[in-house]
Amino acid sequence: MATTTTARHSRTARRTLLDPASKQAETYEPPKLLVPVDPSRDHVQGDAKAVLTLVQYGDFQCPFCGAAYPEVKKVQKELGSKLRFVFRNFPLTNIHEFAMVAAETAEAASAQGKFWEMHDFLYEHQATLGDHSVALGYAKKLGLDTQRFEREIAQHVHEKRIKDDFMGGVRSGVNGTPTFYVNGVRHDGPAEAEALVESLRAKS
Amino acid sequence: MRKGSSILNPGKKAPNFSLNSTPDQKVSLKDFRGQPVILAFYPADWSPVCTDQLSLYANVMPEFKKFNAELLAISVDNIWSHLAFAKDRKLNFPVLSDFEPKGKISKQFGAFKDKIGESARALFVIDRNGIVRWSHLSPDGVNPGADGILSALEQLNTPKAE
Repeated sequence: MATTTTARHSRTARRTLLDPASKQAETYEPPKLLVPVDPSRDHVQGDAKAVLTLVQYGDFQCPFCGAAYPEVKKVQKELGSKLRFVFRNFPLTNIHEFAMVAAETAEAASAQGKFWEMHDFLYEHQATLGDHSVALGYAKKLGLDTQRFEREIAQHVHEKRIKDDFMGGVRSGVNGTPTFYVNGVRHDGPAEAEALVESLRAKS
Repeated sequence: MRKGSSILNPGKKAPNFSLNSTPDQKVSLKDFRGQPVILAFYPADWSPVCTDQLSLYANVMPEFKKFNAELLAISVDNIWSHLAFAKDRKLNFPVLSDFEPKGKISKQFGAFKDKIGESARALFVIDRNGIVRWSHLSPDGVNPGADGILSALEQLNTPKAE
């Protein structure tokens, strides 16, 4: 539809959007991250002074996030100290029955300083997310206080934080998982290392 | 209205419709008079982007409900496809079939792509009096998310709105 308008703008911008109010096509602008990175609250990997920040909204049970997990590792390796990576929860609980408990598991590990270890473990063991004893075994191996770990998961101590992550994401235009933000702007390209690095390099 | 013109603008009255949500049940827009309604036209059941979009809305439903809003998703797929799709994605809102005459309602909202015979990916927020208060057409392949809908619902609650 709106063939004439779209055709007129297709040369200047591949992604165009028709503004329904003005009836004019305008250059498409991806949504911006509305919740700034807060190192006192967020899970941050990498140098706080890094010039580049990659924020991911992810769901531990989402297969696309599972596929993106090694891609992010590649991006981190390639960009090294120039990059800071932030993970926020976005569990799609209606289609992923274990997404919430997995997020709570990661947050319970985080409460004892082991977020990234558990984050990596969960993505590397997506097939066994339904069996909580697997993550519990890993928590033991990490040397966590497992009583506290189990209690925090059972009592949903971290549920509010996860929901806050989720709503902050919704308001920032997270439209599925994984969704990435490159220096605060939504990355609409593929969730692959090459595209992410290209998008990040364009900002440096 | 010229061919291929834009989607229905804010300020316009939303045309009423009555579409099947199951083989023997119809849902009419006017049934929801008195509360905000979100209309989500989308191209097709099962395509990856739509799946993300509607799954996201199923998860954001509690937020929409805070505004007492109803969400109706609409595409030209037939009702049996819709039922299987909604069950598979655990959708918690009606998914309506604009199947026969094909795309009739989508066309009334300016949200139909003649060349490919599918609804466009268009969103409308309709107020409790049946007036379109916000509309948005997404580029192909871009999932619009829920942020625009929530902002529009908030706007309905401002003093100017009522």
